[in-house]
Amino acid sequence: MFIPHTPEDKKEMLQAIGFRSVEELFAHIPPALRYPAFDLPAALDENALTVHMQQLAAKNKPLLHFIGAGCEEHFIPAAVNALSSRGEFLTAYTPYQAEASQGTLQTIYEFQSCICELFDMDVCSASHYDGATALAEACAAALRVNNKSKILYSAGLHPHYKEVLKTYLKHVPGLQLEEVPLQNGTVDLNALKEKLTPQVSCFAVAGPNFLGQLEPLEDISALVHGAGALLVSVAKPLALGVLHTPGQYGADFAVAEGQTLGNAMNFGGPGLGIFTCKKEYMRQVPGRIVGIAKDKAGKRSFVLTLQAREQHIRRERAASNICSNQALCALNAVIYLTLLGYAGLREVAELNLEKAHTLKDMLVADGHKLKFDGLFFNEFVLELNTPAKQVIKKLAKKGIAAGFDLGTVRKEWKNCLLVCVTETKTRADLEKYVQAMRGV
Amino acid sequence: MQEIIKQNALSIEKSRPGRRGVRFEKPQYTPDHYVPARYLRTHAPRLPQLSELDTVRHFTNLSRQNYCLDSHFYPLGSCTMKYNPKAYDVLSVLPALAQAHPFAPQEAVQGTLEILYNLQEMLKEITGLSAFTLQPAAGAQGELTGILTARAYFDAQKDKKRTEVIVPDTAHGTNPATSHMAGYSVINIKSGPDGCVDKEALKNALSERTAVVMLTVPNTVGLFEKDICEIADMVHAAGALLYMDGANFNALIGVAKPASFGVDLMHLNLHKTFAAPHGGGGPGSGPVGASEKLAPYLPKPLVEKRNGKFFLNAKMPKSLGRMKAFYGNIAVCMRAYCFLRQYDAQTLKDIAENAVLNANYVRVLLKDAFPAFFDAPCMHECVLTLQKDKMNGVRTADIAKRLLDYGFYAPTIYFPLIVPEALMIEPTETESKEMLDLFVQAMRCIFEEAAHEPQTVHDAPHAQPVGRIDEVSAAREPNLRW
Repeated sequence: MFIPHTPEDKKEMLQAIGFRSVEELFAHIPPALRYPAFDLPAALDENALTVHMQQLAAKNKPLLHFIGAGCEEHFIPAAVNALSSRGEFLTAYTPYQAEASQGTLQTIYEFQSCICELFDMDVCSASHYDGATALAEACAAALRVNNKSKILYSAGLHPHYKEVLKTYLKHVPGLQLEEVPLQNGTVDLNALKEKLTPQVSCFAVAGPNFLGQLEPLEDISALVHGAGALLVSVAKPLALGVLHTPGQYGADFAVAEGQTLGNAMNFGGPGLGIFTCKKEYMRQVPGRIVGIAKDKAGKRSFVLTLQAREQHIRRERAASNICSNQALCALNAVIYLTLLGYAGLREVAELNLEKAHTLKDMLVADGHKLKFDGLFFNEFVLELNTPAKQVIKKLAKKGIAAGFDLGTVRKEWKNCLLVCVTETKTRADLEKYVQAMRGV
Repeated sequence: MQEIIKQNALSIEKSRPGRRGVRFEKPQYTPDHYVPARYLRTHAPRLPQLSELDTVRHFTNLSRQNYCLDSHFYPLGSCTMKYNPKAYDVLSVLPALAQAHPFAPQEAVQGTLEILYNLQEMLKEITGLSAFTLQPAAGAQGELTGILTARAYFDAQKDKKRTEVIVPDTAHGTNPATSHMAGYSVINIKSGPDGCVDKEALKNALSERTAVVMLTVPNTVGLFEKDICEIADMVHAAGALLYMDGANFNALIGVAKPASFGVDLMHLNLHKTFAAPHGGGGPGSGPVGASEKLAPYLPKPLVEKRNGKFFLNAKMPKSLGRMKAFYGNIAVCMRAYCFLRQYDAQTLKDIAENAVLNANYVRVLLKDAFPAFFDAPCMHECVLTLQKDKMNGVRTADIAKRLLDYGFYAPTIYFPLIVPEALMIEPTETESKEMLDLFVQAMRCIFEEAAHEPQTVHDAPHAQPVGRIDEVSAAREPNLRW
């Protein structure tokens, strides 16, 4: 498939290079290991492949989504995919030859700029794999900044983010990772104060947190900085249309999952790792960064810059081993932000806030109970009379994804359901949900 | 005004207060109805204010300033810029696949899980390894996954003395960077005069401190490690593991199974060998395969099948843990699945055979102008160098820029580090003889230009949206945002 050579082409080419057969070109592979048997299914032409993929896709059941938990369904304007799927963006490589890659480079510069504005931060990288890996890299960067020996993280982080943090930092010699517990769904400030010893490098906290609750990030920031540590925050990009920004509360590093900005869920990947920091930590940023340069006639142009941090130059002394970024997802995000502007983004954020609160009110009026009474953005936790697992099963039969089962995170939360409402839900969808939840 | 148009105005420079693209329904209340002011944003971000048409034109015009595979031959060595079939653009994101939530009840995502399971199975079959995880988001993360898998294995054996990873001097920079991230110290070994691993150097470096030897096969000079089986034996005799960087698997697919060389762990780049597009830098996908004894240490969960149902199995007590949120770059995995389904047991080898034929064709036809650094048949790519005395001071970077003027993207340059003035050319199997002939012709023209009008080459590019960029100026006073 997709190989253009005719038998004549091959013959001519082999002749031109003085070989009798293609097999000869593989002579240095031990003969006994060459051309083994393969057990593979029959090859499909494009027509058959299309039918096959449609059949497989049909095995997925479409659901009315009320699940968030780190991956959310949002409205994606048609122009986003129409533009980002252009071959000129899709089939280009990392922009090594800047003069022939100004399109990609300028879009990344604009992405970095839009994100810095949205987050109120000084520096943003060209993007990381996802929110979880961006968080792990931010904590690693904090360690490089202050050379201390302990990282505190909130129990309110996404459980996958905690696991990735441990995977990435497990082998740092002498490093301790310690969890700060929650009190009524948000960081226990007294526990945090106690744990903020002089050895603490940074505190990693999500706001809104995994339970949907808003954290008192100004207070947290004051405590953390007062103890001489750095603040690493996990923000929710869409929520920043209305909520306080990492810059506002003084985060040193702020990371996020940017999937919600114009990217489909795709069963959780690819995501878009957003990595931002204060200016003084610019040289600790992992991965690609685009900057403005001049061409030899003095014309403004864009180029990959600060490469002295990176693996292809510094090898084992690099800030990280990362070399790709999520350019296409970042492109979706910057097109999305350009189409919406602040006015549109604020509207989306307000709709998330409003619709989530509307559903919460409808459920409470219907006799359901909230697990926490704090502030939230577009996710909240219901405390049910039965295990969330069973409720999810029941609602799935009615075509509804009821939410995330918090019992999978903590046993005593087995009756707790994390519910997410985005701007995509209509009044009728909310009513359908409330109706389905009756008698569970 | 003209200057702004020429300079590719930023979206923010085209912004007009009050102009809008997309609109949404109006919320009933302002945010402070729900959240106290101290939790709210205090000031507006400077985002562009454009109409939808403004936005469409802005990004369409930017896209036209890119060279890409769809428009240009892209012989970027080690990156395997092969054609990305258009069918997969559609099939990988069919609505029911694209709208699947990672935490949806597993009965509701059986189609997705079936594809992922079968992709794992096919990757096992073509590499000969026992298990595959699709979780790693890219090749570099695949490497880290592989090395952490090895580390979890040694930790489980209570083997604490293994603290080193051996890496040849031809390795991608990611190999040593990865080893360092996994907490290992890096031992670099020199290559032999034939471009392959120097067995003597390897022997001297191996010890009871060695955890892993990382090898790229074929290596980054485009040569097959002819002693790979012997090397594997040496590594195993020292109690260490052999990791294969599969970035260059396009040379081997359908021709040999890495497990048969004695490889314990390897990653594959789905955005290289398996035809997923690069998207201007990503997303990629770097699945990792493991031999039977290492499989339990892979990241969790893996996709498994029981009684005809597919499920995510997180019950892996020995697992190293998790490499990223959720399960991998699934949309990229979908493309790889589509690609593999278009080949069968007989035709799979056509990929490697034609990739290798194309690379050798370019190598031989350019021999007198740009000789290969190691004069031997290459695999999927050839690494050429300059004949200094014939180049009039023209350097590899100049040739790269001049190629852009001739309508070709540049090869990878100055890599591997052991080759002076390296030009690493990887045509892939999807390029035709005519395209390769044109490329050879362009390279020969540049060779002639170096002899007769070197300044033209020094000053290249001449026909791009911008002239040669002073990269140092960007790093001196970084401007990274508006």
